[in-house]
Amino acid sequence: MDWQGQKLVEQLMQILLVISGVVALVVGYTTESFRTMMLIYAGGVVLTTLVTVPNWPFYNHHPLKWLDPSEAEKHPKPEVVSVASKKKFSKK
Amino acid sequence: MHSFGYRANALLTFAVTILAFICAIASFSDKFSNQTPSAQIQILNINWFQKQPHGNDEVSLTLNVTADLQSLFTWNTKQVFAFVAAEYETSKNALNQVSLWDAIIPEKEHAKFWIQISNKYRFIDQGHNLRGKDFNLTLHWHVMPKTGKMFADKIVMSGYQLPNAYR
Repeated sequence: MDWQGQKLVEQLMQILLVISGVVALVVGYTTESFRTMMLIYAGGVVLTTLVTVPNWPFYNHHPLKWLDPSEAEKHPKPEVVSVASKKKFSKK
Repeated sequence: MHSFGYRANALLTFAVTILAFICAIASFSDKFSNQTPSAQIQILNINWFQKQPHGNDEVSLTLNVTADLQSLFTWNTKQVFAFVAAEYETSKNALNQVSLWDAIIPEKEHAKFWIQISNKYRFIDQGHNLRGKDFNLTLHWHVMPKTGKMFADKIVMSGYQLPNAYR
């Protein structure tokens, strides 16, 4: 999932869960049924899971542009020179 | 939000937090309910009134309990526990409370009732102070919600008296 997708997922998740909660509360209160409220909320959580957790294609519309391999060869990585480091703990 | 596990965890945590909020609001909504319970208790008969071998008084009563506790039920009520207690004063104790009968009322429809029974639990005194004793019969109730705090209240009915001699 690309960066834009991740941002979208976070926003969708929060909005969908809050809306499920509010709708559940309002419907439950007006129908005087605690059970209805819990069922609506559970349904909302399942729906949100289906929308936000799997890696759907529409979350990948802005893929990262990795550097082209031929361009990368023109700029080699600096070589790492290994230096023998003194051991900091002395053997007794 | 870069992996499946991360998203699933974030969703679950937020969902449970919102569930806690919903339950708190549901519990708070109970404050707006208008509660007008009513009750009446009649003593139909004193079945017997004796002194036990250990020296404690015991009395057996037949009670007629009429109550309407329907207004205590809200959408957030799981059950109401009601009990009748005899309350009186002795030289030894400032307040004696003896539970005579109780019931669990699971639904609003069962909350308006009329019942005639002898006391479910024995009415035994600490000592032998009951002859000619004035006592109150109190109907207590505990409303147990589906979420939130339980609250209790009562109706005190006074003016009852036990006979002056054993029967």
